[in-house]
Formats: sequence, structure tokens, C-alpha cells
Amino acid sequence: MQADPIGVLTGAHFLDGDHACCEGAIAAGARFAAGYPITPSTEVVERFAMRAPTVGGTFIQMEDELAASIAIQGAVWGGAKAFTVTSGPGFSLMMEHIGYAAMTETPCVFVDVQRGGPSTGLPTLPAQGDMMQVRWGSHGDYDTIALCPNSPQECFDLTVTAFNLSERYRVPVFVMLDEVVGHMTEKVVIPQPDKIEVEPRRFTRKDPKSFRLFEPLEDQVPEMAKAGDGYNVHVTGLTHDERGYPNMTPPVQDKLVKRLRSKIRDNAGKIWMYESRDIDEAEVVVVSYGITSRVAQRAIDLAKAEGIKVGKFRLITAWPFPDKPLREIAAKVKAFVVPELNLGQMVREVERVAGGQARTIHVPHAGGSVHRPEDILAAIREAAR
Amino acid sequence: MSTTTLNTLPANPVEQFLRSERMPHIWCPGCGIGTTVNCFTRALIETGVELSNLAVVSGIGCTGRVAGYVNLDSFHTTHGRAIPFATGLKLANPKLNVVVYSGDGDLFAIGGNHLIHAARRNVDLKVICVNNLIYAMTGGQTAPTTPGDVITSTSPYGTYDPAFNLPYLVEAAGAVYVARWTVFHVRQLAKSMGEMFKKKGFGFIEVLSPCPTLYQRRNKMGDGLDALKYYKQASKIKHGAPTSEVGLTKSGEIIVGKFVDRERPEFMDMMNAHLSQRLGDEYIQPTLDGGCGSECGNCEEVL
Repeated sequence: MQADPIGVLTGAHFLDGDHACCEGAIAAGARFAAGYPITPSTEVVERFAMRAPTVGGTFIQMEDELAASIAIQGAVWGGAKAFTVTSGPGFSLMMEHIGYAAMTETPCVFVDVQRGGPSTGLPTLPAQGDMMQVRWGSHGDYDTIALCPNSPQECFDLTVTAFNLSERYRVPVFVMLDEVVGHMTEKVVIPQPDKIEVEPRRFTRKDPKSFRLFEPLEDQVPEMAKAGDGYNVHVTGLTHDERGYPNMTPPVQDKLVKRLRSKIRDNAGKIWMYESRDIDEAEVVVVSYGITSRVAQRAIDLAKAEGIKVGKFRLITAWPFPDKPLREIAAKVKAFVVPELNLGQMVREVERVAGGQARTIHVPHAGGSVHRPEDILAAIREAAR
Repeated sequence: MSTTTLNTLPANPVEQFLRSERMPHIWCPGCGIGTTVNCFTRALIETGVELSNLAVVSGIGCTGRVAGYVNLDSFHTTHGRAIPFATGLKLANPKLNVVVYSGDGDLFAIGGNHLIHAARRNVDLKVICVNNLIYAMTGGQTAPTTPGDVITSTSPYGTYDPAFNLPYLVEAAGAVYVARWTVFHVRQLAKSMGEMFKKKGFGFIEVLSPCPTLYQRRNKMGDGLDALKYYKQASKIKHGAPTSEVGLTKSGEIIVGKFVDRERPEFMDMMNAHLSQRLGDEYIQPTLDGGCGSECGNCEEVL
């Protein structure tokens, strides 16, 4: 289905990444947001607070991030598309409700504008330090989807995609900005509403007597019903059977938790998005994401000028990690160079996928600024040697 | 919904509200939570609340399991977060009547911040707090409601820190309806619940309920029946009593009754009035079904 025109600001705009995220959410149909102020993410909900009353939406500023991250899930079960926005310390507080969303298969979107950590760290300065937390932060086994925009335009586009994926797979989906992408201002083109594809919620048409809220369809994803529609739904964070009733036995746990993972893993090929360039001739491939990919581009250009055969692989989907395409590249190249604004997170995935077929050279950075292109260039030179 | 005809045995009037297939429940003999659920269902019958528009939201703990047993739209959320979940549910779908049904530890310790803010906003939520004075599900630890010198599993030499006076706290935070009963007062409790359901805004009922297994046994206070005898003997009905004077003690007087019944603007009413005034025709009020208010036709396509 197409976007509701009432929420779509079609045209060319000069927007920062945070504001573009908000517009993406509205275009995707989000009509509820709950938030708690935290730098450098607050601009997303500040804009939503301004825009929501003119598009039939509701914004509420909650008392903390725990409240914000569960209020959106209440709103989803009430029928709305909903999201929340945060950064480092707030993201840490939201972990429990990421688990709740995963367990209850509640489609919702979290925007995380990453800043330096640990703890209060660098409130106004960039990092990419939440990339493993977004994957593993809540307890237990579950799979998530995380997308990494590297421009305000992608903040718009990928926030729409995030909502669509959340509805498609009934999972929480994460839009992982960093402070620089969140605050950089660039041209953002918002298409006509009929050019924006929006995934509707998978509301069941079954009779309430025969409908089972957690009975998967062929694609392993169950249909939904919302409160007030006569389905008498029961939703619990406890291990539950297909009716949604608590059943804390090993077989039920095994079946449920394996499905929570496999509904993502078995569909990973449809979820992966990446940008790859000059891979076929490359001896070295730079793997990067978010703001770091833009610095890496400069290093790649410099390396090419020196005659080094270097390719680019930019993660747009960070999770599920695009292991198959990277494994194929690993078989053909000498080395991967992985710059990121942390001391080693996604590089572990690259190493895992390379599996000894290609060297992996990490270019760490503790955050607070972006890399110097020369540092990435030095790693490319070493990799090509 | 089960219906009764002259040719069948009359069904238990409560049964239609329960997920009978989930019985037996997990509550101990002598526990009062089931009694409160009975009162709840009787209040639903008496008030004629539209059941398809009624949702129950619970947190974690013994009372948190209520959501799993009522045959309604029901949500068993995370520990302490029933109220913010319910807030999102209500705001996104205002036609719903949302009842938060949870315990004292869930609502006043881990969830205390959410409770006072929901009361401050005066969100249209009905909170039923079953107070058994202890963390029961986890084995009988001290709660912020444990009154006086009481032995618990985490206070083996007795508690010494003061307990919250729940009605006082909730009134101060802004609730428009505040009452307390015990599970001995089944008729008053059912009536009070019905009264609260009819009142717009943040309502709160504290129900004292025994935990024979973990509270009374450790403190040599007998069983569930002894608790009911205590409730009967020690309770005094004082409607309108100043909430500052209704704090509980280990074995003293229990003041019960309706303490607060007042008018304050409800959150969504304030929001709609304020935004209409500020934005005029530009304001699009959220619709009653979680939709966006637009007439683009997409919603029909979805449904």
C-alpha cells in the first residue's frame, strides 16, 4: 500500500538526519511516539511533537526511557504504528523492552543516534558503540534488524524501510544513526506519497474463535489483532504457546525461541541491503557503515590514486549481518579493512565471515570525532602489501 | 461469551470473564487475589462495561498473573511497566477502557515513577493494586509496603524502614479517585471498582490481600482465614478520611473507604482542547481506532 498523503512532505528539503528520520516515520504511517530527552537524538521527537497534531498523531514525553520504550508497544497493540528515539544511556535503559518486543512480536521502531560511551561518555559527539548492544543487548536469544544510514536522505528512506520491515516480520527494527549523521544537514528529497511503499500491519481476517495470535504462517510470522477488535488477545513476555498462553516447558521454549531467530535468518536474503563497488577487481575491500563510510570513501579515493585495487562494501543492513555476500568476497580478496567508531564491534563479524580466507585489518577509533582518512588509507596500504 | 437458557444449568456469572482452559490458577490457598478478580467481574456485570472495549494490563508478580486469566484483551507486561504500556494503549486507542491490575511491589517500587507520572497527567487509567505487603512471587522479600517490624526473606531480623502510605502518595500525585478495601469487603470493593470505572481520569483502588504462604507464616500470623478475621476486626470504614492518616501498620487499625473523589481535567481531554485552541483547523484529533484520522482509504485496505 502507499503512504497516507496527509503525512508526507513531498519535495526537496534541507534537513538534518534527525529531522529526516522523523519525516520518514510519519511517511511510514507512525502516528504515535513516546520519548525522553537525550542528546543527540532529541530533535527527532521534537519535530514529531510539532508535526503529530497536524497528522492525527500523538506524542507523549514519558518519565524515562523504560516508559517510552514500553508505551510505544502499548500503542502498537492499540493499533498505531509507533516508535521511540534515544541515544547511548537511554538505549541501555531500553534493553528490557527490546526483549519484550522481540518476545511478543510487537512491530515497532527504535531510532538510536549513537554517541560516545560508556556511560554518559560524549553526549554531543559521535560514536558507533551500540552496534553489538543492538544485537545482543537484551537477555536471551532473538534476532533483530538494524539499519545504518549514512546521510539525511537515507535517514528518511531507511526509517520508512524500518517500519516496513517491522510490520513484515513483527520485530523491533533499529535505525542506527550516529551523532554526525543525525546532525548533518543535506538535501533530502521526499517522494510523492504514491511512490512511498508502506507495509500495512498484518491484521488477521480470521474468526476470533479460530485465530491464534502466535500461530506462524508459512513465512514463520504470525498475523496480528489489536485490542478492542473482539479477539481477546493475550500477550505476555513469558514463554507462550501459539494462543499466547504461558507455557514454560522446554519444548515450547525451543519452538518459540528458534522461530524468533529463524523468521529473520531464513529471510535474511530479503533483508540485506548493502552498497558494493569495484569488488570484482579488488584486492582490498573496505567494510564500513554510517558516517565512517563517508570518511572511508575519501581513503578509498586516495588509495585508488596510488594504484591500489580497492573496493567498497558499505553495510546498510548491519543485522542480520550480510555474511553470505561478504563470505563470497572473502574468497577473492587479500584483506578487509574495517574502520568503525568503536574499539572493535562489527569487525568481529567480518573476521567471522572471512574465516581465515582473507586478512581483516581493523581501524579502531574510540569516538568523539570521525576518523582521519589517512588512518584508513594507511590500513589499506598495509592490506595491499 | 457463554449464555444461559432455562434449559441449562445457570452458569457461574463469573465464568464468562475467565479463561477457564487456563485453570487451575497459580495462586496459593488463602491468597486473596482470586477474590479481587471475582469482585472485578461483578463490577463489570453491574456497570455493564462494553467488554470488547476493555483491556487489562498487568505487570509482573502474583497479581501480574491476573491478565492471563481474564478472558479479555489482556497484556502481561514487564516488571513495573504496566502503567506506561497502558498509557500507550489508551492514547493510541482512546475508545478502550484500560484497567491496570498489579501488585504493590510492581506498582510502587520498580514502577513507582510511572505511577506518579500517570496520576500527575491524569491519564484515564483504572489502577487496581492488590497489596499483600510483600514480594510473593519471588519468595517473600521486603516490599516498599511492608509495614513495620516484619520478618521477610531479605529482612531476616525484621524490617525497619518505613512503608509507603499508598492512598496518600497517589492522592498527592493527582489521582481523581482513591479508595482502599480489603478482600473481606467484597461487596464494597466491587461497588468501588464499578464507581471507579465510571469516573474519567486516573483512579486507584488499594486492596489489602493476605499472603499466608510467605508473609503470615514467617510472622506467625496464621492462615488466610486469620487474615480475614483481622481485616474484619481491625477495619474501620471512614469515607473521606484524610489520606495522610490512613498509613498501615503490622497489626493495627485498617482505615478503609473512599478517600478521594474529585474532578481534574483528564489528559486526552486537555490535549485535545489545548491543541484545538492552539492549532485550530490544523489540528487532527487522533481517531478512536488507532488510525490517523485521514480519509485516504488505506485503512479500509488494511482491514
